[in-house]
Amino acid sequence: MNVADDKGRKKTLLEINQLKKYYPIKGGLLQRVQSHVKAVENVSFKLYEGESLGVVGESGCGKSTLGKAILGLEELTAGTVKFKETEIQSLRKKEKLKFVKEMQMIFQDPFASLNPRQKIGPAIAEVFSIHTSMSAKEKKLAVMDLLKEVGLKEEHYDRFPHEFSGGQRQRIGIARAICLNPSFIICDEAVSALDVSVQAQVLKLLKTLQQKYQLSYMFISHDLGVVRYFCDRVLVMYLGNTVEEGKVEDLYNAPLHPYTQALLSAIPRPTIEKKRNRIRLQGDLPNPADPPSGCPFHTRCPIARAQCMEEKPQWREYGEEHYAACHFAGESIFKEAK
Amino acid sequence: MGEALLEVKNMITEFRTADGYLPAVRDVSFSLNKGETLCIVGESGCGKSITSLSIIGLLPSNGRIASGEIKFEGEAIQSHTSEQMRQIRGNQISMIFQEPMTALNPVLTIGYQLREPLMIHEKLSKKEAHKKGIDLLKSVGIPYPEKRMNQYPHELSGGMRQRVMIAIALSCNPGLLIADEPTTALDVTIQAQILDLINDLKQEYHMGVIMVTHDMGVVAEVADRVMVMYAGKKVEEGTVEEIFNHPKHPYTIGLLNSVPDVDKPDFELEAIPGSLPSLNQQIHGCRFHERCKFAKETCKQQEPPAFDLSHSHSVSCWLEAEEVINQ
Ligand SMILES: Nc1ncnc2c1ncn2[C@@H]1O[C@H](COP(=O)(O)OP(=O)(O)OP(=O)(O)O)[C@@H](O)[C@H]1O
Ligand SMILES: Nc1ncnc2c1ncn2[C@@H]1O[C@H](COP(=O)(O)OP(=O)(O)O)[C@@H](O)[C@H]1O
Ligand code: SF4
Ligand code: SF4
Ligand SMILES: [Mg+2]
Ligand SMILES: [Mg+2]
Repeated sequence: MNVADDKGRKKTLLEINQLKKYYPIKGGLLQRVQSHVKAVENVSFKLYEGESLGVVGESGCGKSTLGKAILGLEELTAGTVKFKETEIQSLRKKEKLKFVKEMQMIFQDPFASLNPRQKIGPAIAEVFSIHTSMSAKEKKLAVMDLLKEVGLKEEHYDRFPHEFSGGQRQRIGIARAICLNPSFIICDEAVSALDVSVQAQVLKLLKTLQQKYQLSYMFISHDLGVVRYFCDRVLVMYLGNTVEEGKVEDLYNAPLHPYTQALLSAIPRPTIEKKRNRIRLQGDLPNPADPPSGCPFHTRCPIARAQCMEEKPQWREYGEEHYAACHFAGESIFKEAK
Repeated sequence: MGEALLEVKNMITEFRTADGYLPAVRDVSFSLNKGETLCIVGESGCGKSITSLSIIGLLPSNGRIASGEIKFEGEAIQSHTSEQMRQIRGNQISMIFQEPMTALNPVLTIGYQLREPLMIHEKLSKKEAHKKGIDLLKSVGIPYPEKRMNQYPHELSGGMRQRVMIAIALSCNPGLLIADEPTTALDVTIQAQILDLINDLKQEYHMGVIMVTHDMGVVAEVADRVMVMYAGKKVEEGTVEEIFNHPKHPYTIGLLNSVPDVDKPDFELEAIPGSLPSLNQQIHGCRFHERCKFAKETCKQQEPPAFDLSHSHSVSCWLEAEEVINQ
């Protein structure tokens, strides 16, 4: 994707600064807040126009929470969200509306949000009713165009949700997301539930739409293969923190953070040629209500030392646009293991 | 050649539906040796789970094995009563499912669920069963096994629940373990642990393993042999080397080309157009022809038979007819 302007500079579309999202845990007789799930602890990043930024990490590390917080679907605990140079987190509803139109989300199962008794065409047309003053006929024509745009047929207009396959459902989710000409779309595990063959079709569609409409994507996924194929840059999260960020080539070829190295080595490769050197992370993700002291990864890190248990590592730049938070960033986790 | 553990011959499994009886598994044959892992791959809905459920006698109530033979350790089991099958499931064949939460009972402790089968099938006392349960949890890599015995399923993470399922499945030292997408719902780090575990246990107990998956990465990691299914049919079968290095069926090739490869940045994704037909769709000729870019007139009219390319590699595709004749 070409994400630079004519002077070779990238234009920032979205800027997240020190975003935090805690969920209260209530308990006891009086249902007082006893502690917090630190779903997102400290996340900052920029998203450039026309690029795809991957967000990866284990289940529960805060990816979806981050996405929802950016779109204002969850109230922030702290931090700022700047979209097109405007801080939107504190705008009032009415002022926010024009930005909301520009930011959309595609979920793993777009049908969870659809009425099973409403036909697909009218369900999409409804989005136009909320945000535009188009006539009924205009809306219908626009929906027909959209259906074709995402690879469905006009006759699908009058079908019910259950009549569609997984891949087709995701195409409907995409149609709904692009109908108001957004500039930014968050895809939250948008292709994860699909079969590989259908997944490839949907990924191709998302890429085509990106070229055509200059879309920027935040692409949340636990599939590192898909992220490498689809994204320009990647953000790796662990227990609510970003632990590494970089261009796809840099991050996959020379991962700095031990967690990124471990994630990459754990992926089963669809090839039988060479058996790789592998690191198996032991144990599970710690409880985000009670995160470890110091570096959040130290309980599972193969190269953790005393310092890691006490001191939280700083977020530092190690190469062009390549960041990590680790006291020993760049050290291989493989040589320590036998 | 190893000892044959399981032989499935010309199995047809069908469902009673509003449109009459419709086959979900169409004339499928395969075999499995002791100490061997066979992966069944294909898109969702192609019949992988129904094939496995047919073997262990856990078909949904509207399903039945219409014809064919299933031989386990030389004994035909396809017409066993449900009581006989329950015996076999408790003692010789175990199955683990994609979502361990649905298979574990949420209101019973892990310990209870581990002891129960040991007391019934192995006739152990409660105390012995408890001790064996702890050993089993240890063998599947669960930390603090004594403590876990008193916990409930929701108190464990997804990866740990899957380990508990495996521990229960292994409690009877099964000769055959059927794992249906056992790691699909798990993170890659936990998935790697579980796959290693299944591989280790297979060697230790000399089990046969049938692994159902749609992930070619998982296949490469665990399979000795691979069976590719499409719309209820077996379309290709071979050793893992044959399938990955010399795939022949256009569908197998399509599956391999539609997985993005982390190690190949410039990989061109090739999607298979269209989608799997539904059970009630009538298809003449090759069941894949509507999505196949090599389809010819013959493909639309006649179903291809299986052509043997080696003693272990067979493909059902007309393209092979020419190759075989030309040789
Ligand atoms: N509404 C909520 N109330 C309390 N805790 C929550 C809530 N939503 C999420 N959490 C917790 O916040 C943490 C982050 O959750 P989140 O859904 O963002 O994870 P994720 O990275 O998207 O995981 P997955 O890959 O499984 O989708 C988890 O520990 C989760 O249990
Ligand atoms: N109880 C049922 N009644 C009717 N059809 C069923 C039933 N269970 C499964 N099927 C159908 O049988 C086919 C094979 O299903 P399955 O073996 O579960 O696929 P998978 O390969 O994804 O495991 C699918 O078309 C599915 O819709
Ligand atoms: S700071 Fe220490 S524990 Fe954390 S990732 Fe780096 S080496 Fe491992
Ligand atoms: S038989 Fe024909 S349609 Fe079927 S897979 Fe082979 S070439 Fe394609
Ligand atoms: Mg999520
Ligand atoms: Mg299945």
